Amino acid sequence: MRYLFEIVCLLLLVLAFVATQVIGNQFVFFVGFVILQYVVMATAWNILGGYAGYVNFGSAGFLAVGAYTSVALINFLGVGLVEQFVFGGIIAGLLGLGTGYLTLRLRGVYFAIATLALAIILETIVAHWGYVGGAAGTSILPARKPELLGVLVVDRKAGVFANYKEFLFFLMAGVAIGSVWVARWIERSKLGRGLNAIKDSEEAAECMGVPTLRLKLIATTISGAMMGVAGAPLASYLTFIDPLSAFNLEYAVNAIAMPMIGGTVSWVGPVIGAVLLGGAQQWASLFISSELNLLIVGVLLVIFVIIAPGGIVGWFKKSR
Amino acid sequence: MAIFIDLLLNALVVGILLGGFYAALSIGLAITFGLLDVVNIAHPTILILGAFVAFVLNSQVGIDPILAGLIATPFFYGFGWLIYQLYYNSFEKSGETDSLRGLAFFFGLLFIIEVGLIIQFGVDHRLVEAPYIGESANIVLGEEIDVAIPYRLLVAFVVATIATLAIRAYLTKTFFGRAVRAVAQDMMALRLMGVDPIKVKRIAFAMGVATAGIGGALMIIVLPIEPSVGRLYIGNVFAIVVLGGLGSISGTLVAAIIIGVAESLVSTFFGPSWAPAVSFGILLLVLAVRPEGLFGKTAGGH
Repeated sequence: MRYLFEIVCLLLLVLAFVATQVIGNQFVFFVGFVILQYVVMATAWNILGGYAGYVNFGSAGFLAVGAYTSVALINFLGVGLVEQFVFGGIIAGLLGLGTGYLTLRLRGVYFAIATLALAIILETIVAHWGYVGGAAGTSILPARKPELLGVLVVDRKAGVFANYKEFLFFLMAGVAIGSVWVARWIERSKLGRGLNAIKDSEEAAECMGVPTLRLKLIATTISGAMMGVAGAPLASYLTFIDPLSAFNLEYAVNAIAMPMIGGTVSWVGPVIGAVLLGGAQQWASLFISSELNLLIVGVLLVIFVIIAPGGIVGWFKKSR
Repeated sequence: MAIFIDLLLNALVVGILLGGFYAALSIGLAITFGLLDVVNIAHPTILILGAFVAFVLNSQVGIDPILAGLIATPFFYGFGWLIYQLYYNSFEKSGETDSLRGLAFFFGLLFIIEVGLIIQFGVDHRLVEAPYIGESANIVLGEEIDVAIPYRLLVAFVVATIATLAIRAYLTKTFFGRAVRAVAQDMMALRLMGVDPIKVKRIAFAMGVATAGIGGALMIIVLPIEPSVGRLYIGNVFAIVVLGGLGSISGTLVAAIIIGVAESLVSTFFGPSWAPAVSFGILLLVLAVRPEGLFGKTAGGH
């Protein structure tokens, strides 16, 4: 079937919606949101890192740019959640475009270090920007009875969703499914083949007539925009945001570890990595300690890059 | 005006002292990253590990932090030896130069060490005790102008400079030091000369990590340490090593002083909270404009 994948995507989205209506336990949505956010982050990272071979250490910076775009817009215009997603994506996408130009001169590890530097510079700037709370952070209270196209979206009795956690979970499910769809599309298109050629040898690709710069710019923009979208609802989700948690290197190491553990060759890898690692971390931080979840990521990352370069997906391919 | 000159002079003096201190933190990376092309992004966190060794020896046994750093150095040498062995067997041996996997390896190592320290020591700031910590020398230069030199920075500067010069002498004057620099240039030629390049790299890498013993001790002498501050030093040390021209030890020293002075000036006139943006900003600028650094000859970005 030609549209099987799209049909499965739609079914999953419907399933996410049904879950918000049926399941009463809010904890499910609390954890589910984080895992879905990581699916987006890992998928976004992989478009640049897995397909084109450019490692982004600054994922946290893109996520936080999305989050702080929302904060600025809430303070300035009082915009709703859907607009936050859109603008978070646009601004982080522009930042991605900017980093794309860095690839003109920087390859490999130099690009990776430059993205890390970029994230820390952005963090310092945001920490000094009083309008969005500065270093101390700021509280975000979601609108009381938000309406979308005349429909009451969040209300305990009459709304489509009983509360914000459910609404955010559903939106993030949509974003995650959309991201995976985009990643799969890129993989199968000319763009994906071009990026793969860049990964193998940029010089050779250039010689064969692959428009390397244009492809890299498209990849960094899409990747950045996705991360921005993943970060856009962060402030509304936590109801509080500060630079230290938004720019946390934890996001960056997860964005790298999840695709590496799942497998970087196709869209399946980041999804598997994000679900397994995200789930394990949520479990560990709940039942053992919050430090331990970072330790798990570190140890698994090291083990996987050493013994299973293809990740979990590569494992299965080999054994078949 | 006098106040301005006073501030400026103090900032310059502190900046130069800070620069010497940064050189000691960066020299290990100048060897591992600059000369051996092994991107040890965990280096700052290994320094923090060194700082905690000095902290434990100082607070439990009561010995001087610098002595503690010297005691720790051989152990860090062994630690570096093991890391390189693992790195070589996993990534370099197969011949495929997949530096990105190596980078992910060190990124993972960074988090393992950091979280290990957090689990053991918590997130409180730790400090050491020594007679030279807390006091400073005041040099009066004129009316309303006096320069305060904190002894802790002075000690760090002196020890750092000695260590840096010793490593420089070792790399330029001895046979083995020349072999290390040869590894960076032409591994094949070295092999033809009958030298095992892997052995040379292993020892040189271990040396680079060993500097974390003394460097970490200096770190905790200069300021209180908690496990996650290592991340902030990534900017400093990489900016210095890249600016210094990847592996040039004298270049590293000069670059360290440039970064130290820049940071000190910004801290004095704009506030210390801007300091992290200085080194990372310089790093980004150098990478974007002149990746081969101020003193490098080869084209960068490979």
